[in-house]
Amino acid sequence: MSTPALTVNAARKQFGGLVAVNDVDFEVREGELLGLIGPNGSGKTTMLNLISGALKPTAGEIRLGAERISGKSPHEIAQKGVARTFQLVRVLPSMSAERNVMAGAVFGHARLWGDEARDVARDLLARVGLEKRAHLPVSALTYIDQKRIELARALASNPKLLLLDEWLAGLNPSELQIGISLIEELGNEGRTIIMVEHVMDAIRALCDRCVVMNTGHKIAEGEVGAVLSDPEVMRAYLGDDEDA
Amino acid sequence: MTRLTTEEIRIGVIGAVVVALVALLPFFDNGFYLSLTVNIMLYAALCTAWTLFSGPTHYVSLATAAFFGIGTYAVGLGIDHLPFPVLVGVGAVAAALLAGIVGAATLRISGVYFVVFTLGLAELVRQLVSWSQSKFTGRMGLYVFTDIREMHILWMLLALTVVVFLTGWLINRSRLGFAMEIIGNDETVAKHSGIDTARAKILLFMISGAFIGIAGAIMAPRYAYIQPPSAFNPMISFLVVIMALLGGTKRLWGPLVGVIPFTILMDIVSSRFPNHTYIVMGIAFLAIVYLLPNGVTGRLEQLRERLRHRQPKPEAVSEEKPA
Ligand SMILES: Nc1ncnc2c1ncn2[C@@H]1O[C@H](COP(=O)(O)OP(=O)(O)OP(=O)(O)O)[C@@H](O)[C@H]1O
Ligand SMILES: [Mg+2]
Repeated sequence: MSTPALTVNAARKQFGGLVAVNDVDFEVREGELLGLIGPNGSGKTTMLNLISGALKPTAGEIRLGAERISGKSPHEIAQKGVARTFQLVRVLPSMSAERNVMAGAVFGHARLWGDEARDVARDLLARVGLEKRAHLPVSALTYIDQKRIELARALASNPKLLLLDEWLAGLNPSELQIGISLIEELGNEGRTIIMVEHVMDAIRALCDRCVVMNTGHKIAEGEVGAVLSDPEVMRAYLGDDEDA
Repeated sequence: MTRLTTEEIRIGVIGAVVVALVALLPFFDNGFYLSLTVNIMLYAALCTAWTLFSGPTHYVSLATAAFFGIGTYAVGLGIDHLPFPVLVGVGAVAAALLAGIVGAATLRISGVYFVVFTLGLAELVRQLVSWSQSKFTGRMGLYVFTDIREMHILWMLLALTVVVFLTGWLINRSRLGFAMEIIGNDETVAKHSGIDTARAKILLFMISGAFIGIAGAIMAPRYAYIQPPSAFNPMISFLVVIMALLGGTKRLWGPLVGVIPFTILMDIVSSRFPNHTYIVMGIAFLAIVYLLPNGVTGRLEQLRERLRHRQPKPEAVSEEKPA
């Protein structure tokens, strides 16, 4: 078997007495769309922060391909090919949609400049359905449009691994459909993606496999249908009720 | 990103005319007005160099006097051995190195500490220079005798200001400028997009420091006798902050709007009421912070925005046109 796109090896993150990520292991294969799920506060965002370098692991190792990335700073990890979106959407408010997306193209993994970067940004804005708003300041855009900007910015770096932190959260049902098909397309193109999500329908529709976390531990991993019917996973989501 | 906009061409033409007029001044007056214009040009150069860094980063640096004094001392120490232009270069490099060290030590920490640190640094450098001068030379100052006259200083400061503007314009079109724009919007996004934010800020601080060092070197012949209290005068640091904030730091030419009236004001105050300069500075500082937090240019822009919103033009609302 070839080297996984990402290897997480006994990753641990401690905040004082709280162990937010407790010796978690998993792998993401090349071209895989992996779901990372778990109840609120189970450590999913912290796990993404460890991968993207926003936080340094207390212990353990994370490798992108064969290369160790744990301990490196976020900009180095971004340049090596990890791009992300944020649970609380983060756009560059004073800049146009096009320049927001160019940020990813210019400084991320792809490192383009000038017209090349602009072309990539325009293509991606069209792809997420924002070509008509390319020149508006993003502060004038709606919530879903800002989420689209964030996704386009992450894609603009042509990442080896894309991290989506509840990218579908807060969308209304019709927007959710658009969002799901957009991610599905990315998956079909062979992008390697980890998506943290509470919307189970999306996980079922999109992911091949998923990893389940609870209070910092990995409690299950595997094919989505099997994992979701695992009694321990159901207990974690529904509380300690045995008959759940 | 490669072609000039009509706006840029217009600013370039206006700028060239102004530069030509200032450059011709020594042929009409060699006394009071020349000397006042040199002061204005000095602060124009210092404030734009300061804004190069502090505008986009919002870090308030009080290290201006340190970089300035280093430039002055480079000339003072070397004038008997090396040609003046070489010493200006030495001053620039020395100031940039100091800025690099300070930047590496402090730009990772928050803005408040940066202000205090830069103020302390300027004082420390001054004390070090005083101490080593009295220890190794036994003298209090250095003589700088050259045939550089007031008008030459004016031309050099004018050229420096032009170079600072051109540099600022080039930076804005470069990856560094784009990085700074992103950092100014959201530093977390900047890092996760692949920007080495610390490196970008340090680089910009070094460029700004180098220009301030050059200004100090250019001024050395005017002082004739250089002493640490005048070369590393903390007044310089404070005046630069006040004038730049008065003008506004969002655009590189913003500080000029503050420099001209304030230099004239300080000139009047220091000749008529020499004991009241600090009071005037203090009041001016408070007034700016409370009344004009974004400076005169920021205020004007705000008013223009408000006017535009009151009478929306029909073509301004059509968002369907990608332009
Ligand atoms: N910077 C931090 N400092 C201290 N504690 C933190 C920090 N970040 C997260 N935590 C704690 O770590 C635990 C895991 O948080 P995390 O945000 O990773 O959960 P999550 O699975 O993403 O939850 P949600 O589904 O609500 O987004 C929580 O108890 C949280 O309070
Ligand atoms: Mg989370």
